[in-house]
Amino acid sequence: MKAHYKAAAMTSALLLLAFGLLCSTRSVNAAGEGKIAGKVKLDGTPPHMKGIDMSKDPYCVKQHENSPAHLENVMVGQGGGLGNVVLYISEGLSGAGASQVPSQEPVFDQKNCMYTPHVLAMDVNQKFKVTTSDQTTHNIHPLPNALAGNIPWNKSQPPGAPPIETSWKTEEVAIPVKCNIHPWMHGYFVVVKGPHATTDDKGSYTIENVPAGSYTVTAWQEEYGTQTQKVTVAAGKPATADFTFKAK
Amino acid sequence: MHTNIREWSLLASAVVLLASPCVCRAQITEYQQHQWLGMESHIGNLTGHARAAEMDYRRYCVGCHGELGDGNGENAPWVDPKPRDFELAIFKCRSTPTGTLPTDEDLFNTLARGLDRSNMPQWSTFTKQMRADLVAWVKHFSPRWQTEKPGTPIQIPPEPEVTADRVKAGQAVFQKVECWKCHGVTGKADGPSAATLTDDQNRPLSAYNFTEGARPKCGDTDQDLYRIFMTGMDGTPMPSFADNIQPDEAWDLVFYLRTLEPQKNKEKEIAKQLGLKPVAPSAAPAPAPQQ
Repeated sequence: MKAHYKAAAMTSALLLLAFGLLCSTRSVNAAGEGKIAGKVKLDGTPPHMKGIDMSKDPYCVKQHENSPAHLENVMVGQGGGLGNVVLYISEGLSGAGASQVPSQEPVFDQKNCMYTPHVLAMDVNQKFKVTTSDQTTHNIHPLPNALAGNIPWNKSQPPGAPPIETSWKTEEVAIPVKCNIHPWMHGYFVVVKGPHATTDDKGSYTIENVPAGSYTVTAWQEEYGTQTQKVTVAAGKPATADFTFKAK
Repeated sequence: MHTNIREWSLLASAVVLLASPCVCRAQITEYQQHQWLGMESHIGNLTGHARAAEMDYRRYCVGCHGELGDGNGENAPWVDPKPRDFELAIFKCRSTPTGTLPTDEDLFNTLARGLDRSNMPQWSTFTKQMRADLVAWVKHFSPRWQTEKPGTPIQIPPEPEVTADRVKAGQAVFQKVECWKCHGVTGKADGPSAATLTDDQNRPLSAYNFTEGARPKCGDTDQDLYRIFMTGMDGTPMPSFADNIQPDEAWDLVFYLRTLEPQKNKEKEIAKQLGLKPVAPSAAPAPAPQQ
């Protein structure tokens, strides 16, 4: 009888050990994933970003008393770095790599009668939040192509309204978003499959968690369209892909 | 004999030539149409069949809505607001939440009601069966009906009694969710955002003017009014307020909206007795909390 217990204890100990090993090898795999990093630049004179007349809503005017609002279609920073460019893997991802949906929820905020961020990238089926920090009513009105799988909707968000939590069903680069009450408010949702990144105000980006392999990386900018590049990622090593868009 | 053959061949080639552009234009849709011609609609005990509506559509609807149901009929350039694009299946008058397909009954009702201040007439002279068949025909144009189900209709609780408190509370809702930004403080469609409103295709559009006595597009019962701000009018700037107006408040708002109409009604009497003044837009936005 005692021997039986011993055997059972041994087996469970072995099983635990095996399970632990399995887990550790898996984490080794994760650490072996590479990244794609780089810089996106604008070549030429950046177009003038017009100021925005918000006089129809005194609240909005007040928020910009000290920092005049301007359009955000082309955001050029230091050294010609281009902001708000979305980089994603358009070819080469395995089914598993493409179907992992991140659990973290990106936020699209309506702040000072502008969209923050102006461009929000996310995964297919990834939950995201639309929030409002403003003390004026907005309506949030995304306009995807209804025939491609994502359906347009239009919801009001008065001051203090709870966040709207939702997701998109299919890839779409890109879904325009507007507020009909404040016609200058214009932004984009970029819905892609798999790892992606958005450039910061200096034009830099890093796509994390890219498994080793050969890929096509696409860079999307709302005014200049898309560019692609072939990139090979070795396990645990960062690959580089720089892009340059030409000013119109 | 020879001339006869030549004439016939000329005629035949002319027919082929004339027909070919139609074939090219409708290639994909025609193929899909064949797949979807079995579309049905269900309104109560009625079952509509798309196939049965083909002749009626050609006779009554094609002029504006077009052969392909895309809203590009030959009259479309002179029509404003533009005819719906049935391929997109985005409709203003629904009982279902924003971003969802309408129910068959919604489309059935729209056909009979027509859309005021547009070129869409009331087709109330049609038999119910004709309308049910046309609903199925309208649905057969869009792939969305193959993959999506209509949304769950929003619940409308029983209408409470109109009271002075409710009319006043309704005005507070009108102020809080800022209906006046488009519809104006007196309902004249002259709010600060009214002039720049556009539909989903960026075509100019005006907000509903409550003071003209015109029938609202999606019906003029109290229930219709309640429904319209809870579902929104998809394809237009009118959003859904379902997340921000509680059912009780929604009835209050319906009562307040009635006070803006030119017709005599109970709510207007109450507003008069209360000495209700239009909302003051400047008072509406509270100062922003500093962070």
